[in-house]
This record gives sequence, structure tokens and C-alpha cells, in this order.
Amino acid sequence: MPFHIPEPSEYPHYAVVMKGIVKQFPTVLANDHVDLYVRAGEIHAIVGENGAGKSTLMNLLYGLYTPDAGKIHINGKETLIKGPAEAIKAGIGMVHQHFMLVGPLTIAENIVLGEEPLDSWRFFDLKAAKKRVRELSETYGLHVDVDMRIEDIPVGTQQRVEILKTLYRGANILILDEPTAVLTPQEADELFVVLRNLTDKGKTIIFITHKLNEVMAISDNVTVMRLGKVTGRIPISETSPRQLANMMVGREVLLRVEKAEKKAGEAVLAVNGLHVKDNRGLEAVKDLSFTVHQGEILGIAGVAGNGQTELIEAIAGLRKKEKGKIELCGKDITHSSPRDIRELGLSHIPEDRYKHGLVKEFPVYYNILLGRHYLPPFSKNGFLRHKQVYERAKFLIKQFDVRPPSILMLAENLSGGNQQKMVVGREIDYQPRCMLVAQPTRGLDIGAIEYIHRTLIGLRDAGVGLLLVSMELEEIFSLSDRILIMFEGEFMGEAKPGEITLEEIGLAMAGTPLAEVRKTEAASAGKSETTRVES
Amino acid sequence: MDWLRALLDTITNPVFYRLTLSSATPLLFAALGGLFSEKTGVTNIALEGIMLLGAFFGILGSAFTGNPWIGVLLAMVAGLGLASLHAWASIRFCADQIVSATALILLAQGLTGFLLEPIFGQPGSTHIFNRVPEVRLTFLGKDTFLYKMIGTLSPFVYIAFALVIVTWILINKTRLGLRMRAVGENPEAADTLGINVFKIRYFGVMMSGILAGLGGAFLSVGELGQFSENMTGGKGFIALAALILGNWSPVGAMWASLLFGVAQALNEQLQSNPILSIPSTTKPLFNLLPFVITLIVVGGFVGRTRSPAASGTPYEKRG
Repeated sequence: MPFHIPEPSEYPHYAVVMKGIVKQFPTVLANDHVDLYVRAGEIHAIVGENGAGKSTLMNLLYGLYTPDAGKIHINGKETLIKGPAEAIKAGIGMVHQHFMLVGPLTIAENIVLGEEPLDSWRFFDLKAAKKRVRELSETYGLHVDVDMRIEDIPVGTQQRVEILKTLYRGANILILDEPTAVLTPQEADELFVVLRNLTDKGKTIIFITHKLNEVMAISDNVTVMRLGKVTGRIPISETSPRQLANMMVGREVLLRVEKAEKKAGEAVLAVNGLHVKDNRGLEAVKDLSFTVHQGEILGIAGVAGNGQTELIEAIAGLRKKEKGKIELCGKDITHSSPRDIRELGLSHIPEDRYKHGLVKEFPVYYNILLGRHYLPPFSKNGFLRHKQVYERAKFLIKQFDVRPPSILMLAENLSGGNQQKMVVGREIDYQPRCMLVAQPTRGLDIGAIEYIHRTLIGLRDAGVGLLLVSMELEEIFSLSDRILIMFEGEFMGEAKPGEITLEEIGLAMAGTPLAEVRKTEAASAGKSETTRVES
Repeated sequence: MDWLRALLDTITNPVFYRLTLSSATPLLFAALGGLFSEKTGVTNIALEGIMLLGAFFGILGSAFTGNPWIGVLLAMVAGLGLASLHAWASIRFCADQIVSATALILLAQGLTGFLLEPIFGQPGSTHIFNRVPEVRLTFLGKDTFLYKMIGTLSPFVYIAFALVIVTWILINKTRLGLRMRAVGENPEAADTLGINVFKIRYFGVMMSGILAGLGGAFLSVGELGQFSENMTGGKGFIALAALILGNWSPVGAMWASLLFGVAQALNEQLQSNPILSIPSTTKPLFNLLPFVITLIVVGGFVGRTRSPAASGTPYEKRG
């Protein structure tokens, strides 16, 4: 059954109908006659690459922008939404991609902020606030401890607080902008349960994403956008990730990177009996040993927060090692400075590009220079030689397809994908022999992911040894030659991507050593070996 | 040994405690003022300038009307005026708050110095005018230790400590306080919930002007009955240190102000202690005591305190 486009008489059954929406920004036509039909009580996904216009469309619905043309019907009634206040009045709530929470305030205080209950003395009634929030959280199965401060709770819980905030204001239509971008796979699963719960209680959910497995897992219908236009709308039962990807990008996309079998060469990075502590002084990496060879991608799979960050930082020289030894191309770098380690041929794509990968306020050319500013030809007698810097930067942004191709642009004004291409370009330009790659495609769209994956495979084929840390299992599977599974600072086992199922890896990521996983499986003979578990 | 004896002598003297309280009072006013401003996300290092202007207008009011309380009122209005300039520059025009406040300190110093002679007829300092009378607790008995300690305090002292309680309630128990905290931590979040960030910030900065103005009034019309050039002598900055040391809480600011009050009282008492008989050439060194203590304490504690996250950052609306 194809997607049903409703007649105006059917609009009362639809929570949101947006008709012929046009929004022109100074340089781009962000929405070009967009129609959106969201049935009451469904989960409707809007997918598209970054810049496809999905966030603009939702900001129009939430009143943050006003459309140049087009009409919006909420529950069958034509509604003019001039600002968030009116959107809230119309029963629309929005969970922004970057949470709007106040760190030192408690969950209850955050939720009622702006519409605080008062007691008979006109003082802020914290008791009533907590009671209201507890009731809401019970009704919708969004469990939170109302007295906890926002800064002390994990991101997944913060998101629940954001959802509760909209419910507290009486929202019936919830817009979620890239809700899983910041979540671990487990937290994402929990979120999906919550979303189902909400629709069971009659709420309607519009959910923006570019992760196709999520669309398949949770939504009822999907609207695909590309370059400001709707390129498809389809019930989820009628489509496949491949078809959606093609509609999003407008061409055939390889969801998996092709890569040739390659024999690994000599060891480039050898880690032996490494112990590292985290910021709280707890042991985060416990006696790890492994080797990365030339022409090999060694993937480390694991849920975020199991010591991957500390491991990478320790190797890069950014974190103290308690015990153990690290060798890079045969040289002991255990206690070397980050600069010495880089000079020996190790480069690093950090997991948080905003914090550690680039300087937002610097133009592209300075960002490309970072780390090599003291070396010829970029520096002479302690002075920067801008001409050489510009030339190199121009060359690199062309080679790595950074758009727009302007080296004068501030890094913060580039899109996430282009920022990452810039960082990757810089790190490759070091001509490393070994590369630490952490979450290389977090928050990027399909096009940029494909590009970065191909680049990493190219490095491997050129003989660089790569250590890849990623929370995206798909990424680990399609790039790695070998996979190590990490749990609470220890390895649960090693496998080749062709020889392990997603289910096995999932169990190992949750703390069961791989050998045991396989033993239990052998016992229950092949019942589930072909089941694929979406991460 | 002389030192220990002098110290013992000092702390058994009721005057030491009276001095501690009265030295802490102007700091406490200004620190609470700073708290209002910083809680909403605007740093206000202009406290020093606001106090000075308050001190000047306090005396001006007393000199012209003969009623010191009119002077106090005028000081509050003057403080409010100067703080409004700061609010206008840093909220409306997103100016750098340090630069704006520094300019206001210079303005206050220049203005008071310039107006002193044409209005009062002499440079340096004014004559002595009516000041706010002390609250005499005669029921304590004229010669008792307690009476010498707290029997002759200025009403400002009581007002300052009462304001600690009022401020605490306002910040922690009212809707306005909750919104102030939200705006000072994450103005964008507050804005998306329909809270008027600019209004809250104006309120915070203007309150800081009124309170720091009161602190200045205490110095002139409250304590001495006289204004002299630059009579605040860095008290506004020490008040900022007290705010930081007190971790941006009213009660913390009170304890910190008292600590600096102790330093000031020790300074004055030790300088004039007969046991030590300090030569007059080295006496000025003692005046450094409060500042040295400020440095040590703030240097040692500043890592453990946490300022409102958005303090010092202008808020600009998107789109």
C-alpha cells in the first residue's frame, strides 16, 4: 500500500499537515514547496542529508521561523504559528538537538522553569513541581529522579528531561531533532521504547534523523528530503534502507565500503600491559595488550565509556600511563610528549572534533596548520610563513573536498561533515605511519560518511596502520580487518568481521567474553546464529 | 612572644569584634550586589566605582538636606544609575563586561574627584556632615563586653545581615530566583521557555547598583560623615573576592566578608597596639594585610568554587 496523501476533508485525522511550504534564506532555498502529512498517533520520520531542509521545516513548525508561503494545519485546523509560545499553545513541543537544560538546577526545576507552580505565599512551590513531574514521568514511563542535578545525569536521561519538559507544557505533537545523535545504542533503544509508549498514549511524534536503521526500527511512515524538496514519502513496511539512502542522496550509495583483502605488514603500534586511569582516578584501561600492523585497520567495538577514550588519549600522549609500555615503530613512546609522538609518525582524529580536533574561532588555514606551525616550510626563525600556509591549506581543502572551498572561512561556520573532512585532511597530511581514529563519522550524513570511509580504506591500502574506535557497529564491521571488543577497560575477545555476528558482538559488548558467548551458542545449536541485531 | 601577646590582646578586646562587623558591612553590601548581577550572568567589576559614587552622593545628600537618610537614598539612586549604564552597555549592546565596568570605575573616580572641590569647596575630602546615628543597645549595660562589641553598631550592619537572609530567600525560594539562576547558567534554555533573559539581567545588574551604592553610603554617610577622594580604596574588588570565595551564595559571601572584616580589624588593632610599638614608617605595610589575605584565600580556593556558567557572556538572540 503506497503512502496515502489525504484530501482536505481527512485533515482532522492528521496531527500535522504542512502544505506548499516555502522558506528562502539569503543564499539558499531551504524549503521548496514542501508538503508533510503526519497522521495523529504515528511516529513519522523525516530523513535527509545535512542541509536537506528538514531542520528548517521543523523550525517553521515550531515557530522559530516564519514560512514565506504555505499553510500549516494542526489537527485539521489551519494555524498560524508566529513563535514558540504559539507552537506550545497549539500543543507542539520540540526537543532540540543541543539540549536546552540548566546544568546546576535539578530535573524538577528544569522541567517547570518558565511555568513554575507557586504556593499560597507566591513563593516557588518546589514540592508541587516535584509532584507534577513525578506524575508525568509515571504516566509516560519516563523514569527520572526529580532531585538530581542535570549536570550529574547521563545524556540519555537529559533527553528524557527534555521530553518531559514538552509534556509538562501539554504537548501532543513532539518534534525530536536528531534524538539519537548523542545516545549510546542502549540509550537509543530505551528512547524507542519511550517513543512507542508516547504514541500508545495518543501523542504524535515527528523525528528527524539520518540514521536509516533507526527509521526502519521505529517509524510508521517516512518523508525523505533532498535539497529542500520532498523526494519520497513511503510507509516503512514498503521500503528498505537501500531505497531510502538512494532517495536521500539521489544516486546509488554503497552502504558498505568495498575493500580488498590485504595482508598486514610489520607492527607499527605495540601496546603492552597498559593501565590507564580516568578523570575520576578509577582504572579505565586494565592491562591491555595489542598490536596494530601496517596496512591494517584494527577496530575496537564497545559501548561508549568503557575506556576507549582513555586508551586513545594514552596512546596519543594526552593521558598519563600508570603501567605498561607503548611502542611506535619500534620506539618506546610510553612517556613521550604528544609532539614527539606525532613526529614519530602517529596522527590522531579525536572523538570530539569541537573540543580536541579544531579551533572553532580559527579560519580553515590555521586549523590545517595546527600541530605543524613550528615546522618548515610553515615556520622560519620563529615566524609563520603565511604564503606557504595558505598554499598548503588550499591544496588540502581541494583534495579533501571541503565545502565551501574557502580557506578564510571560520571553522565554526563549516558543517560537521566539512569540519571532519578538514581534520581528516590535516591528519593525513602528516603522512602518518599509524593513525588513531576515534568516532570518525559521528553526526555526519551519508555522503560524508562514505567519503571518510573510503579515505580511511585508502590509507590502509597505502600501508598505514589504523586503530579505529567507534560506537557505530556498522562502521566497525565494514572497515576493520580485525575487531577487538572492549568492556570496562578489558577486551572480551577478538574476531574477524566475517566470522562474527552482530548478536555475538552485542553480547560481548555487554560483558560476556566472546569465548563464552560461542560456547553457549554451540550448546543451543545454531538457533540464532543468522539473526541480525540492529545496533 | 610580643606578637602573640599583641594578638591575644587584640582578640580579647570587644572593639576588635565591632571593627570586624563594621569592616565587613560595606563588603557584604557590595558582594550581595555582585551576586545579583553575576547570578543573572553579568559580571560587574564596577562595584568599586559604584561604591565610590554611592559614598559621594551619600555625603552630598546629607550636606544639602542635613538628613543623612536622604543621602543614603541618593547613594542608592546614584548606584542604580551607574549600574544601569553597565547594564545598558553589556546587555543591550553586548559590550565586553570587563571593559564596560572598568570604564565606569574610571568615570566614578574622575567624577567624584572633579566635583569634590566645586561642590564642597576643598580638595581631598569634605567637611564632616550629619551621619546616620548608631543603634544604641543601652539595655545591654553601658560597660559590658557585649555592649562594647555590638551595642553601638550602625543600622547599616543590621541591614546588611538582614539582606543576606532576604537574598537567600529570593534566590532559592522564589520564581524570580529560579529564573535568575537559569538565565545566569544557560540563557538560551531560559529563552526557549519564554523567559525574558534581558529583563532578568537588567534586574540583576540594577540590584547590584542599589546594593553597592548602599555599601558606599555606609562608608561615607554611615560611618564617617565625610567623603574623601578614592575612599573605597579597593573595597569593591575585595567584595568581588568575597563573592568568589563565598561561591556565589549569599551565606558564603557573608562568611567571606566577615573573614576580610577580621583581616581589616586585625590590621587596625595591631597597628595601634602599644605592646608592639610599631614605628610609623612600617605601619602602612599592615594596610596590605586584607589584600594579602584576599590573594591567599582566593588563590587557594578559587579552583574549588564555580561561577554561574554564562557569567560574563553577552546573550544574543538568534535569527
